[in-house]
Order: sequence, then C-alpha cells, then structure tokens
Amino acid sequence: MTAPDTDASPAGLRDDVANFGAPALGSGFMVICQIVLGAGLLLLWQGASGRLIDSFFISNPIDVGTRLVGWIGDGSLFLHIWATVYATVMGFIVGAVGGVVLGIWLGVAPFTARLLNPYLNALNALPKVALAPLFVLWFGLGIESKIALAAVLVLFLVFLNTYAGVREVDQDLIDGARLMKATRVQVISKVIIPSAMSWVFAGLKISVPYALIGAVLGEMIAANRGLGYLVQFSGSQFDSAGVFAVLIVIALLAVALNFLVEIVQHRMQQWRIVGR
Amino acid sequence: MIDLRHVSKTFRKRDEMVEAVRDISLTIAQKEIVAIIGPSGCGKSTLLNMVAGLYPPSSGSIVYKGARVSDVNTDAGYMTQKDNLLPWRTVRDNIAFPLELAGVAKPERADRADQVIKHVGLDGFAHRFPHELSGGMRKRACLARMLIYGAETALLDEPFAALDAQLKLAMHDLLLKLAAETGQTVVLVTHDLMEAVTLADRVLVCTRRPAMLALEQRIELKRPRDVLNVRFTNEFKEFYDTLWERLRVEYHEERV
Repeated sequence: MTAPDTDASPAGLRDDVANFGAPALGSGFMVICQIVLGAGLLLLWQGASGRLIDSFFISNPIDVGTRLVGWIGDGSLFLHIWATVYATVMGFIVGAVGGVVLGIWLGVAPFTARLLNPYLNALNALPKVALAPLFVLWFGLGIESKIALAAVLVLFLVFLNTYAGVREVDQDLIDGARLMKATRVQVISKVIIPSAMSWVFAGLKISVPYALIGAVLGEMIAANRGLGYLVQFSGSQFDSAGVFAVLIVIALLAVALNFLVEIVQHRMQQWRIVGR
Repeated sequence: MIDLRHVSKTFRKRDEMVEAVRDISLTIAQKEIVAIIGPSGCGKSTLLNMVAGLYPPSSGSIVYKGARVSDVNTDAGYMTQKDNLLPWRTVRDNIAFPLELAGVAKPERADRADQVIKHVGLDGFAHRFPHELSGGMRKRACLARMLIYGAETALLDEPFAALDAQLKLAMHDLLLKLAAETGQTVVLVTHDLMEAVTLADRVLVCTRRPAMLALEQRIELKRPRDVLNVRFTNEFKEFYDTLWERLRVEYHEERV
C-alpha cells in the first residue's frame, strides 16, 4: 500500500533539485539540451549499428523509423494500439471498481477481513502473471483474457490502498457521526468513504502503469493483436527493428497515460477531493 | 435524568487487565451542569464514553431518562479536545451535518446552519474548511453543530484543554450562554479546576485510576455567571480551596 502523496509535484527530478550546485538554467535551455542529447544518442545508435554491434541485435534508427511509417501507413499500428488501450482501460476500470468495493467492504467488516486475511495474502503474494494461462482457458484468446490480467493486477493494488484508507479513518469521527444519529450506511457513505478518498486515489494512481503491464503481458502470451502481440511477433521473426518500434510506441503510450493521471489528479485537487 | 448505578469498567490491554472505573454511582439532574475532575488518565473519559453509549460498563448500569443505555446515546452531543469536524467539509456543511443525516432538505439546512453560525460568532467563516480555522473557531463550530441538532445532553471531554487562557474564557462564556438558552444538561470532564468551578453546578472529584468518587461539591454561585470575574469572589475561592485540598491528595499519591 502507498500513503497518499501530499506533495503535488510531478514525478521526476524537479529543476531546483536537479540543478543544485549548478547555476540556474532556463527550462527552455534545458529542453534544447534534452533534444540535443536525444539526437546525439540516435546518431550514436545509427553509427554503432553494423560497425560496432551487429545490426541484427540492435537494428538502427532509420530501419525502426521505416517500420513505424510502414505500420502507420497500412493502419495496422492503430489497430494494435487500440487493442492495448482498450484492454488497459477496461482492465483498469474493472480492477479499480473491484478493488475499491472489496477494500471498503473488508474495511468495515473486521470479522470477514480477519477470516480472509491469509487467503488474500497468499493471492497477493502470487505473481499475478502466472494466472495468465488460467485466464486464457476461462476467457479465450480474445481481449477478455487481457482485461482480466490487467484487472487482477490493478485490483490488488487498489484493494490494499482502499483497505488501509478505511482502517485509517479516525474512530472519533465515526463515533461522532453515530451520536448524531447516523445510520451504518450513512457512516460508510459520509464519513468512511470520503475520509479514505485520498488513499483510494493514491492507489488508483499507482495502479495505472500496472494496467498497461497486464494488458501487454496478456497480449504477449496469447493474442492476435495488440502491442504485446506485435512485440512478441516481431521478436519471433528476428525483426529487431520491429521490436524497437513497438517498444517506442509502448513507451509513448505509458507517458501519455501518466500525463493523463497528472491531469486527473490536478482536477481532483481543485475539487478538494484529494488535497485537504 | 442520567443515573449511573455501580458502574465499573475494566479493559483488557493485551494480557493485562486495566481497571479504569470502579463502582461509581451518581445521578445527574436535567439542566444540571456537572464537572468531573481528576488526574489525567484516571478514567474519567471512560466514564463519559459509557454515558455516550460508545461502550458498555463491565458491571453496573447507566440509565438515561428511565431507559438503560445499551447502544450509542443519540440524545447526547459529544465534544472532545480533538474537534471532530469532518476535514473535507466546510464549516457550514459540518454544522449542517446532523441535519443532513436526518434528511432535512438542503435549503433549510443552509438556513438553519447560517443562523447558528451567527449565534456562535462564526459569521464570515461559513465557507472555510476546518484546517483554515483557529482552535477557538473550531470549538465554536463544534458547539454550533451540537446546538443545531438540539442534543439534550452535552458530553464534553476536556473540550477546551488545547486553548489559551483568553480563548478559554470566551468559550466558557459561550458555553454557559448556550446551556442557559437551550436548557441543556452538561457533563464536563476536565483537569482544570478553575474551569470546573467556573462552569459547574456540581463538581465531582475522581481518584486516580481506577476512578472512584472522592468528593462531591455543590457550587452555589449565582447564575448567570460572569466567567471573567467570578473567580475573584470569596465564595469561588472557598469552593476552589476545598476541592483543591482533596484533589491534591490524588496528585500527591500519584507522585509517590
């Protein structure tokens, strides 16, 4: 479980931390430096490929670019991206809802929580990826088995955070509400859930990348579409350019997802749901 | 109105049994203001929690208006040193919370909340969040919340302990004003003797753990009391000295 982060600063090094000891530089200048570094690495890659290292292993940027343009041209790339995004989002939603519901339920039912404790611990300790063959058996080769794998990864993270959040609720607030004639349902909906909200959101935030991991892994194991399938397929064809091309797409997708999470979190703070 | 009959409470703390309250019997009349005073950690809060019905006594019984308290006592308002305002709600929404629980429509809630907000002197702070308020203002909000749902009995557990002396006086004044207006019965747990004598009709001195009643003293000071000046009167000093004499024994024994 992860405590809700009160620090709203985006992940990664902040300028004032990264620059200690060095003179403060404008962020515009830093962007230029970063672009130059990227271009330099690409040049190095292109130069080393075929000369220092066999291009069979590392391909080269031009081939990778050509592969990407080809996939974009015939539209197949978007089919694969869509499959992965769909499995990620659906898996996230299913896992998040399940995790929140389970976390709240066990949080307010101490007997059941203690009863299930060893079993939940065992399930949580199990590497969830090992469940993939089971999901293929249950849900087939289609998108459902990928959704299931993404969902089960998300579910445990969200569950643990929600559960911790519910356990953390100040007992005095609950007693106070009960003395004000709150029913059990009201105590849960108006005290426990709002109070656990910042924990729930912390759980949701950290689980987004795991939804992507689950979807891609599911596609690598058995599928006929999706970025995980594409990277697996390219690898089995000894097509290193294709592998690198897919990796770049997955990385961009992950960055886009993180960006989305930042935006949502910012909104949440404006609504005073998370920050207080 | 509130009857404690041979109330005892023993907790299990890991493998150790801790006796917090031993055989306390006492009767509190309607509209009475009773202060319970004793050394810190003597079990007086436990006593209050049992009157609130948050947990049952180990033996004996608590009778509230003729009925035995067996579940949370919803006729009582409860206020502790930690103010139990909901941090994600504004002052107004916090104060209107009991009405919301009772299913009162939103416009009426807002109206009634605004009235009590004015009454406790929180005008202009309705839209602030608890963490934006000073300690004294949060106490005012708690009192307002208790006022709005018309709790018959106010159970106060060292409510003003964290406030500075001046703020305390202002809160004492407000508390007495509200209690007189509403005819509330007040049970106040405190370790501040000055506070106890200033506010109460009757002061009960508890022994150190396990809490037993050591002394009961009526405070026959006329009402309404001027909380600032009452402490400089001779009668006040007499009550104070009598109580302190007994209380000192408890503190002294604790040190040995």
